Amino acid sequence: MTETLTAPDVDLTARFSDKARAVSAIVESVATLDAAFDYCVDLCGRHGACRITISGCDESLSPPADSLCDLKQGKIIAAPGLAPDQFAALAARCTDQGMTCLHSGMRDNLSGVDLGFTIAELGIAETGTLVITCPDEDLRLATMLCEYHVCMLRRSTIVADAFAAERRLLRYMRRTPDYTAFITGPSRTADIERVLALGVHGPLELHILVLED
Amino acid sequence: MQDAKNLKEYRKEIQESLNNAFLRQTLDTFAVAYRAGRTKAFAEAGIDVKSLVAEIAAAKDGMLPRLMELYDQFRQNAEAAGVQVHFARDAAEANAIIAGIAAATGSQKIVKSKSMTAEEILLNHALEDQGLQVTETDLGEWIIQLRHEGPSHMVMPAIHLSRHQVRDLFADVTGAHQEPDIEKLVKVARRELRSRFAEADMGITGANFAIVETGTIGLVTNEGNARLVTTLPRVHVALLGIDKLVPSLTDALRILKILPRNATGQHITSYVTWITGANECAAAPDLKKEIHFVVLDNGRLEMAKDPLFSQVFRCVRCGACANVCPVYRLIGGHRMGHIYIGAIGLILTYFFHGPDKAKNLVQNCINCEACKDICAGGIDLPRLIKQIHVRIQDRQGHPLPGLLLGQVMKNRKLFHTLLRTAKWAQRPVAGDDGFMRHLPMMFFKDHDFKALPTVADQPFRDRFPGLQRKTVKRQGPAPPVKAALFSGCVQDFIYPEQMEAAYRLFADHRVAMSFPMAQSCCGLPLQMMGEARTSREVAIQNIRAFEREDVDYIVTLCASCASHLKHNYPVLVADDPTMVEKARAFAARVIDFSSFAHDVLGLTAADFAGDGKAATFHAPCHLCRGLGVHDAPRALLRNAGLDYREADESEVCCGFGGTFSAKFPELSAELLRKKLDHVEATGAELLLTDCPGCVMQLRGGLKKRGSRIVVQHTAEALAARKKTNI
Repeated sequence: MTETLTAPDVDLTARFSDKARAVSAIVESVATLDAAFDYCVDLCGRHGACRITISGCDESLSPPADSLCDLKQGKIIAAPGLAPDQFAALAARCTDQGMTCLHSGMRDNLSGVDLGFTIAELGIAETGTLVITCPDEDLRLATMLCEYHVCMLRRSTIVADAFAAERRLLRYMRRTPDYTAFITGPSRTADIERVLALGVHGPLELHILVLED
Repeated sequence: MQDAKNLKEYRKEIQESLNNAFLRQTLDTFAVAYRAGRTKAFAEAGIDVKSLVAEIAAAKDGMLPRLMELYDQFRQNAEAAGVQVHFARDAAEANAIIAGIAAATGSQKIVKSKSMTAEEILLNHALEDQGLQVTETDLGEWIIQLRHEGPSHMVMPAIHLSRHQVRDLFADVTGAHQEPDIEKLVKVARRELRSRFAEADMGITGANFAIVETGTIGLVTNEGNARLVTTLPRVHVALLGIDKLVPSLTDALRILKILPRNATGQHITSYVTWITGANECAAAPDLKKEIHFVVLDNGRLEMAKDPLFSQVFRCVRCGACANVCPVYRLIGGHRMGHIYIGAIGLILTYFFHGPDKAKNLVQNCINCEACKDICAGGIDLPRLIKQIHVRIQDRQGHPLPGLLLGQVMKNRKLFHTLLRTAKWAQRPVAGDDGFMRHLPMMFFKDHDFKALPTVADQPFRDRFPGLQRKTVKRQGPAPPVKAALFSGCVQDFIYPEQMEAAYRLFADHRVAMSFPMAQSCCGLPLQMMGEARTSREVAIQNIRAFEREDVDYIVTLCASCASHLKHNYPVLVADDPTMVEKARAFAARVIDFSSFAHDVLGLTAADFAGDGKAATFHAPCHLCRGLGVHDAPRALLRNAGLDYREADESEVCCGFGGTFSAKFPELSAELLRKKLDHVEATGAELLLTDCPGCVMQLRGGLKKRGSRIVVQHTAEALAARKKTNI
């Protein structure tokens, strides 16, 4: 890559990171996919010494909502979008730590998983947005049902704004069926007294790992 | 919901909202925080908002002539991707289609994400009547569903509720003790709703966009519930108004650029979901999701064909018109709407729910134009609201006060004679300080929040010839600037001294002035009362009165008159090609006092001998928004040697609104209270403004408070400090 090409890239990455952090995303950089896997296993391991508490466990709930806790035993990382060899590398790390690693079957885990790992197609610098196409149901659910969403973004795929990605977006949409998600920060609500609360239905935290490619 | 049968009942409901301290506090905080957040969001992104709004308006307007053609293309593209598309003419038909889909697919349990269109057709009621279990999954919508209420804001449906109310509600729902801790309450909702998603057969969403070129729908959300609603159940129904069609992805992205920023000051929402075709669904028998798009008319096509109301199609449902509405801020969405809220809500109520639901609502617009100023689609909301008022009155009959006012005003001589007679009629109650000592019986106790002025001994029109005799000689031959004065009725008959002050100031700067005696009221009060026909007649009288004046400018000291003359006259006579030319020529010459003094005469500090008095300015709605004048009056006051202090919310309405203050005195009084609090906080001794209506409101309010702050028209403050005297 020449200097003239990398210079604007650095600028875009900085803008992307600023914007994503402004909406409570955690942005880190990683050198390799393996480093991203290490990050996931470490993050999952750090939260809760025993069985992970799916959020809300400490609250007073109705019996059916409370029973969700019983459905989930042990820690789970879901990574449905990975190629077989990539998945094997992550799964090996999980096994070492006594965690379950899922490549499919998200519907059997509707009570939630601890961590969902995905790879974004694009990043949009203007708003700190990840673009993930997920016509695959397991991939989609992994981004919705996890407590922590960790998404790897290749630095070379960051564009200035959505208009710059328009042709690619149209290509996804024309390859029907298609389910393209713009994800910006964790799930949020301000529906009670306009007070911001994170993690109402989707992930409580969004970690973006920028891969220096 | 609007169930008030008449204005009296409606006003009773308004009073209940005014007494709700929590609501008032919440909406006050929101109004201020929203403005700051929105400004920041656009500034950070470096967006030229005016151009963006113009682009959105042009794109939406441009698609209207081929709306049905676009719909057909959208349908074909969606069908090709495996979606079933239905067209519903009205609410009943849409409800029947969706209930039919539930029956055909054997769906019993339904989860929903937020949709104003579903609220519009009362979909939940219709489905529940079929024995179906419907759960709203957006936190705010779930809360109001559990409370059996409608939304009070288009984007934040439960903004009217406190954490304590939500705590009590959730304690009922879970059968467990709850704390008033928002973070915890949100987690409770997360857990309680999670199993509903898992069990549901059918998911219902709205749509923010329906992209014709790909058959895609776009959903703009924050919580992530719409993603679960469109993923877990085996059937997905998206209900969308036909106004959600956009030809291309470019159009959708353009709207996306403004929608979240204008709605909540967010650059983008947490999730924007683009769904094209029947995606994989493991819960469906053939592993493919069954998707239905129900496209709703319900009055929209009638709107699209209407030359005036078709601009409503530009609405992106951001809710900003409520966020800045001073009346919404006082009474909340349950009173400032039927189902749709705010300025756009008043309009949509008429088209979607009929004149009976709209008839009281449309009168509750103070015409401050804050909504028009903020609208993402550049919709002329106040004008459309007034026009609906006209339509309803034309159909259901005009109330007596409006008719009488119309009859009087279209006969200038009669009107002016009445005003002159009022001078004698008020004698028994007039104080010697220019205020009525107590109100005559024709006013009710509700109007007691401000002291009302008396009619002046001699109107400006009678003073003008004397002023002219003195000046013409002084000025000498061929003064450089020629201006005709338009006084408006308040300055002619109640505050002629304001006109006189301007006259003296202008005369010093060698302005040759004329005052056409055939001029009358500008007609705005008639417009406000929905009397379109007489408003037009008065406009023509005024255009004729100034037609033969050989002047460069028509100067008025009343911002409301100026804005009405300039913007509404050409529209009022639009049906008459010769009049419209004259109206345009007339409008082009109209200028407000401050712009004339600052921009045309170029008055500077050298023209004044200031006294350093602490002064603040109230920006009349029709000056700052109506005419886009912000800097001229403030610069003049500084130039005049005053210690100028900007008040908080100086561009928010004072609550006068012409006839509004007579119709809704309780709202007018509250707006005035806020305004005066901000004014007093500046420590100013002098409060200046560019509109006699505002002067009346502000002066009357300060008098009632026993305040020593002096209210004047800017012209008076400048004339009192002018240096030269040729």
